[in-house]
Amino acid sequence: MSTISREEVAHLARLARLEVTDDELDAFAGQLDVILESMKTLAEVNTDGVQPTSHAVPLVNVFREDQPQPSLSREAALSGGPDTFEDRFRVPRILDEEA
Amino acid sequence: MTKLNDYDKAVETYEPVLGLETHIELDTNTKMFCGCSTVFGAEPNTQVCPVCLALPGALPVANRAAVEATIKIGLALNCHIAEWTRFARKNYFYPDMPKNFQTSQYEEPLCEEGYVDVVVEGREYRVEIERVHLEEDTGKTLHVGGATGRIHGATESLVDYNRAGIPLVEIVTKPVPGTGALAPEVARAYTAELRDIVRSLGVSDVRMEQGSLRCDVNLSLNLPGDGWGTRTETKNVNSLRSVERAVRYEVRRQSALLDAGERIFQETRHFQETTGETRAGRSKEEATDYRYFPEPDLAVMEPSRAWVEELRAGLPELPRKRRERLQASWSLGDKEMQSVVNADAVDLIESTVAAGATPSGAVKWWLGELSRRANENGDELGALQITPAQVAQLQGMVDDGRLNDKLARQVIDGVLAGEGDPADVAAKRGLEVVSDTGALEAAVEEAISANPAVADKIRGGTHAAAGVLIGAVMKATKGQADAGTVRQIILDKLS
Repeated sequence: MSTISREEVAHLARLARLEVTDDELDAFAGQLDVILESMKTLAEVNTDGVQPTSHAVPLVNVFREDQPQPSLSREAALSGGPDTFEDRFRVPRILDEEA
Repeated sequence: MTKLNDYDKAVETYEPVLGLETHIELDTNTKMFCGCSTVFGAEPNTQVCPVCLALPGALPVANRAAVEATIKIGLALNCHIAEWTRFARKNYFYPDMPKNFQTSQYEEPLCEEGYVDVVVEGREYRVEIERVHLEEDTGKTLHVGGATGRIHGATESLVDYNRAGIPLVEIVTKPVPGTGALAPEVARAYTAELRDIVRSLGVSDVRMEQGSLRCDVNLSLNLPGDGWGTRTETKNVNSLRSVERAVRYEVRRQSALLDAGERIFQETRHFQETTGETRAGRSKEEATDYRYFPEPDLAVMEPSRAWVEELRAGLPELPRKRRERLQASWSLGDKEMQSVVNADAVDLIESTVAAGATPSGAVKWWLGELSRRANENGDELGALQITPAQVAQLQGMVDDGRLNDKLARQVIDGVLAGEGDPADVAAKRGLEVVSDTGALEAAVEEAISANPAVADKIRGGTHAAAGVLIGAVMKATKGQADAGTVRQIILDKLS
């Protein structure tokens, strides 16, 4: 029995802007289940009084001084975009027609 | 057609609860996480680099000056500064954000639990601050192919990432109940006070019209004794006046819905500057799910208490203290000073006095004639096309007897019309009090011979009748005579 439903996979896919077929929904639900099961093993460890780890490296207060550094040339900056127009990145319309 | 209730009726029935979220763009030299310049007005996509364009492998490093500025804001707002704080990723897709997440803060903001006190109509309101956190701005989008650059109906959008990554401080209040009918004024007073506090710190130019201070207004209504109602969030509120109008509009709109037995949807609305309405955002996306998680590419921050105290010790005079000092030096009563503050005229009057005007003269022009002009046009006082130095010059000309109040108002017309300084306008338009007594005496003689009966009355001791002759002389001199001088000449001649 899956602990993660097809609907949950579909929701995650929408949030990540991924197109997923019906067959893939089943496949991913199964695979994600395996991952969640594996995590349960970790959950068996007693972590009372242990802060959750967000950073593996014990560094704090890493700052940069407020000194300008050279930026990319515009040509270089725009070269990575799929489409450009008048020195700007061109993107498809943001809202759907009926919106 | 949206049904609206009468405002006064609405607040008799319902209690408004306010909440304000303010974004302030810091004026650091460089962006939040990279060394790109933040100079305003550069050519599109010339202040971008692998970090702020989110090219693979680029690593952010936090700007110390931006963190310091945020701590200063927190201290000035009476907040607790976190001992331990970190950044978080707020995940969503939008073309103005190249990373597909905004680096922000989530459960551990830099500053928490502060307050701002504001006075409205003689009563003090405490607006509690929930949090002050640091994040980054987005790029700017140009919508093309639709009508007048609007996002609706656009066929495509063009993006400039110069603004992407500029440090942005978000200041969130707790819900503010208990303001009653004065909710719009309290919202405005809070925004103005926050702006003045941040400006005094010198960390942002906080100009609403340029978007370096942006306001979202939350509002809900409830019946007395009930729990709080469902709130709406109104965005795109870009002036102090709009803050007031947006609150007022939502009170009127929501109360009409509630009266009709309908429910309020928790939704984002957009303020329309031209009509003063708020409109629902049209996108019907599923409930936002930002999947926040701690930003792994940026180190945790532990602001030392020594650092925090050093910043506290370096805070400048804050607006409240400054106002107390100015009120004393201008010899204004509490009510008058409050009018100055409400008109947003503290800086204007201070500059006018610095330019040589007396405090009473400066207050008189800004709160009188100039406030009237601003209100007529629905403008903020500071948006009038007249500088404090010009007001000081105008007042100087009145003090010297070169202008009377009536002429001074005409000079203001000219200054506002862009005709130059008051002295230039007076010269060009020929607006000067006639101080040539010879010319005045001739005008008086003429008035006397044209009104013999009146002259006889004055000779008989009825000095009040002089008004008729003064009027005639003023007319003859096109208002350019000093009424007191004319009166004296008349009485001298007829007694």
